[in-house]
Amino acid sequence: MSRISSSLGKDLIGLEPLSAEQIRGILDTAEPFKEISERRIKKVPVLRGKTIVNLFMEPSTRTRISFEFAEKRLSADTVNISASGSSVVKGETLVDTARNLEAMRIDMVVIRHGASGAARFLAERIPSNVINAGDGSHEHPTQALLDLLTIRDHRKRIEGLRVCIVGDILHSRVARSNIFGLLKLGAQVGVCGPRTLVPAGIEALGVERFRRIEEAIEWADVLNVLRLQLERMRTGYVPSLREYNRVFGVTTPRLERAPRDILVLHPGPMNRGVEIDSDVADGPQSVILQQVTNGVAVRMAVLYLLAGGAPERAEAAKTGGLG
Amino acid sequence: MDQRITLMDEAAVERALARMAREIVELNQGAEGLVILGIRRRGVELAQRIQTLLEAEEEVPIPSGALDITLYRDDLMEVGPRPLVGESSLPLTGVDDRCVVVVDDVLFTGRTTRAAMNELMDWGRPGRILLCVLVDRGGRELPIQPDVVGRTVSALPQQEVEVLVPEEDGRLSVELVLRNREEA
Repeated sequence: MSRISSSLGKDLIGLEPLSAEQIRGILDTAEPFKEISERRIKKVPVLRGKTIVNLFMEPSTRTRISFEFAEKRLSADTVNISASGSSVVKGETLVDTARNLEAMRIDMVVIRHGASGAARFLAERIPSNVINAGDGSHEHPTQALLDLLTIRDHRKRIEGLRVCIVGDILHSRVARSNIFGLLKLGAQVGVCGPRTLVPAGIEALGVERFRRIEEAIEWADVLNVLRLQLERMRTGYVPSLREYNRVFGVTTPRLERAPRDILVLHPGPMNRGVEIDSDVADGPQSVILQQVTNGVAVRMAVLYLLAGGAPERAEAAKTGGLG
Repeated sequence: MDQRITLMDEAAVERALARMAREIVELNQGAEGLVILGIRRRGVELAQRIQTLLEAEEEVPIPSGALDITLYRDDLMEVGPRPLVGESSLPLTGVDDRCVVVVDDVLFTGRTTRAAMNELMDWGRPGRILLCVLVDRGGRELPIQPDVVGRTVSALPQQEVEVLVPEEDGRLSVELVLRNREEA
């Protein structure tokens, strides 16, 4: 039986440390998991007896529910903890929270946290597998993986494609994870957004910078339109939502002038009429709902790959050979 | 060098498959309600051959599909690095109340069959499951027996019985392999 040649190790913190082969391994593993969600009984026993804690210290609906579906469809037992309902409000530190959970014999933690680096911090301190579900403005690896899977579904490849990420690049963990993943898989990456929301010197990462959305659309095969965090307006990064839509909004008239058929992604939740117009979001070029469907499959694949034997046991088993 | 002994050549395998197809029809008293499912990977090739034989003989289409039992294995947590998961695909007819013929290349411990049956139960409620294998090599660890067998051999635990199919291996045969441990 063929195997994933390079395993992921204990944790998934980001796409930056992964190799192209590891990323492809996750995407390939996600393929068969898609079918499980189409079954009448949407459940396989592969994580039976595993306990997973979803530690969400920042509000999230879609990511948390997607992880929860993925966990339940693999038969894991899950517990959800959110900041408001936990002892965090009583002043407990992240490591103390995690150690207390470990004392109850858990196997995996899926963490969403407002601080960049929180996932790695936790992963280095507890023996359980840790999956980063978004940490500050650092990385959101499973979102980028589902974006990659959706692009690959529609364009049959990633290599050589021109993908432009539009919006708030500066604060976006989704943008960072996407840039790492896309570049590793051989795509050309562009970014486009207001000068205040694109980090200076981003070209050093190997991405192309577009100052006008029209140029980005002219260039791109795929647009990944990021959500404009509304608090960015209050803190002065953009003058107004209407202004943002007028200058950077992905609209039908703009897409109609594109030289080729563009695929439109959005990680959600959308601000209709701000970064993306309703008729684009619901139009034929949009694959936004397929992203959500693929999100469950990608997360099942990650859970599956991280679960199970410790790496050293895995090494021992490799030479054993199982029939 | 590994030592290889051919147990069945192409002609022998084809004769066995033809007989197995007839036995399936006999057990099911006709072709009605049959569904043929191969276990990935080589069971799928054999299932397709049996399906072709049945369709030629009975002159009705026989629904078929593939089972990937990776997620149902009982040794998954010990295996690592994770085996690549294949896709299971079922015919549109489903398996409810059907006579489902599960086809595998080699029957050894019975654990793969156990996993396949569990997966089938998650897909629906088959009326009956028949186990059909090209080679039964003995060495069962579970109380599972085949209904239709191509050839029964008594292989020693350190020996391997391999079924080779043209789609994967370039030839159709059953071979006994003695691994040379020094070199491996």
